[in-house]
Amino acid sequence: MKKKDHLELYRQMVLIRRVEERAAELYQEGKIGGFLHLYIGQEAVSTGIVSARIPEDRVITAYRDHGVAINCGISAKQVLAELLGKETGISKGRGGSMHMASVENNYWGGHAIVGAHLPIASGMALGDQYLGNKGVTICMFGDGATNIGFFHEGVNLSKVWNLPVLWICENNQYGMGTAVDRASAVEEIHMKAEGYGIPHSRLDDGMDVMKVRAKVAEALDFIRAGNGPYFLEIMTYRFEGHSMGDPQRYRDKEEVTQWEKTDPIGIYHRYLVDEKIASKADLDKIEAAVETETQEAVEFAESSPDPAMDTLFDFVYAEGN
Amino acid sequence: MAEITMRQAISDALWEEMEKDERVFIMGQEVGVWGGTYAVTKGFYDHFGEKRVRDTPIAESAIVGGGIGAALAGLRPVTEIMTINFAFVAMDYIVNEAPKMHTMFGGQMRVPLVIRTAGGGGRQLGATHSQTPDAIFAHFPGLKVVSPGTPADAKGLLKAAIRDDNPVLFIEHAAMYQVRGEVPEGDYTVPIGVSKVQREGSDVTVVSYCRGLQLSMQAAQQLEAEGISAEVVDLRSLRPLDMGPVIESFKKTNRAVVVEEGWPSYGVGSEVVTRLYEEAFDYADAPIKRVAQKEVPLPYNQALEQSALPQVADVVAAVKEVM
Ligand SMILES: Cc1ncc(C[n+]2csc(CCOP(=O)(O)OP(=O)(O)O)c2C)c(N)n1
Repeated sequence: MKKKDHLELYRQMVLIRRVEERAAELYQEGKIGGFLHLYIGQEAVSTGIVSARIPEDRVITAYRDHGVAINCGISAKQVLAELLGKETGISKGRGGSMHMASVENNYWGGHAIVGAHLPIASGMALGDQYLGNKGVTICMFGDGATNIGFFHEGVNLSKVWNLPVLWICENNQYGMGTAVDRASAVEEIHMKAEGYGIPHSRLDDGMDVMKVRAKVAEALDFIRAGNGPYFLEIMTYRFEGHSMGDPQRYRDKEEVTQWEKTDPIGIYHRYLVDEKIASKADLDKIEAAVETETQEAVEFAESSPDPAMDTLFDFVYAEGN
Repeated sequence: MAEITMRQAISDALWEEMEKDERVFIMGQEVGVWGGTYAVTKGFYDHFGEKRVRDTPIAESAIVGGGIGAALAGLRPVTEIMTINFAFVAMDYIVNEAPKMHTMFGGQMRVPLVIRTAGGGGRQLGATHSQTPDAIFAHFPGLKVVSPGTPADAKGLLKAAIRDDNPVLFIEHAAMYQVRGEVPEGDYTVPIGVSKVQREGSDVTVVSYCRGLQLSMQAAQQLEAEGISAEVVDLRSLRPLDMGPVIESFKKTNRAVVVEEGWPSYGVGSEVVTRLYEEAFDYADAPIKRVAQKEVPLPYNQALEQSALPQVADVVAAVKEVM
């Protein structure tokens, strides 16, 4: 990997962090409504995953989607404008926090019904297989989502039809307030793939973007070689509550503090400096640029217009043929 | 009578029924350790323990399907589907299993199951999380569908639901947990399938339930200031649907407006209006109007979302049209 590519990954991770921090503030100020699920702590996962894809690879995820959106190339402006419900948002103010997508960037959303996007992922992969495209569908979901019927139906189908899907469980250890062992019969979630004859593994270092990237690249090669689906579990942790206003009665402060020591941005920062890939000055410069970019994005979002009232019925049905 | 919130009323009903009957237990996502998504079951886990307050995986089919099984085995489960939008995931159990069993097996089986859930829009949650699809569920014979609009009814109806030997879908409104109202002291139930006049009036009949009731009561107050006396009838249950008080009122006022939060097509209003025409056509002095949600998946943007949801002003305008 070239230095500039490293710097780009670092930039994305810092940008996600800053955007999420600003989003939390804007939520407190009452400028963002609905639910807001932050990605803070999990930045290495989506950054590593998306950096390993080729443009033909589709990405689809759940409602914790702002970070993935940024990795897929949606601008901080479009993310924040969407959070503020503005016409300039990536989903034109219709979707909000949980429903961001950019078809242009091969990013298929942002899905708020837990697990519902898994069979959809199989279907997209079927489309690519059918049409002879070389893309793999990368489907991300939480640990909690592996207990719903959709999961089993989608994953099974991918093997039955040998579909090019990379299943990625982001195991952040909780589904809302329910720890994995209180909801899942097996704690090693990747073992669920065993029951469907799908090769699988677990990456313990989900806080290390380089390890995520390497592992995902390997899995994508495997799938692209025509081997059918692969299942990857990536261990990570969300530093914030499930959504804003979560009293977090289900976990100790101590546990969170412990995990915060493995901050993915800190780990990557150390790696880049220790390996002499980048200097501290290089990284400071990126952080400053991200700060400015985020600030400009907030201003852009705040000054953007709301959707016009007479557009209420837009997009109910697709026009044309 | 004490004035309490909707949240408290529902919580009290659950608590009291659990204290009274060992067979009553709760299961659903985040009902235990978290204390309930809307804090309705706060304190239950510590008091009743994990045997009777069961956190489940995110698995709506297993929650309702499992609830049916436990009911068949002699328990009285109160299952919880976090929001009604997730009830679609368990649709087979809610509409195709629970309501069929008693009939299909010739009366041998009973399914004393409660499915509590919260519906409604207006909280900027986007299209998949903001629905009021009550009418869909009310379509199925064998299932009872209840949706209270006041704390007193919520408490009494939930107790009745828990004691009922049939599956009952109990629909709360996610934006109404803070609504306050007077609640009778002591143990009482409100019968399922009985409508109620919540406000007397003589010029027009406004029929509604749940959140629509709130809008209708506020509209009635405004209309009073303008010299129009609206009678507000609260359906409280969508199935069985008690048209008695509605028809009686309509025969008196000869004008009606039906208010619901869901989409109008094939909706609660459609049903009520049809029944009024079928049973009291001769009494109509004006075409009956419906007030409902605009036919669009609800947008996230607050102003757009509010423009799609029925407002007090819409009720007032509809009443003036039928006058
Ligand atoms: C079918 C369905 N049931 C319940 C919910 C409510 N809900 C939203 S997120 C969530 C927890 C999901 O946990 P997990 O899959 O581990 O993802 P994470 O939040 O940890 O990213 C729940 C229960 C939902 N959105 N959809």
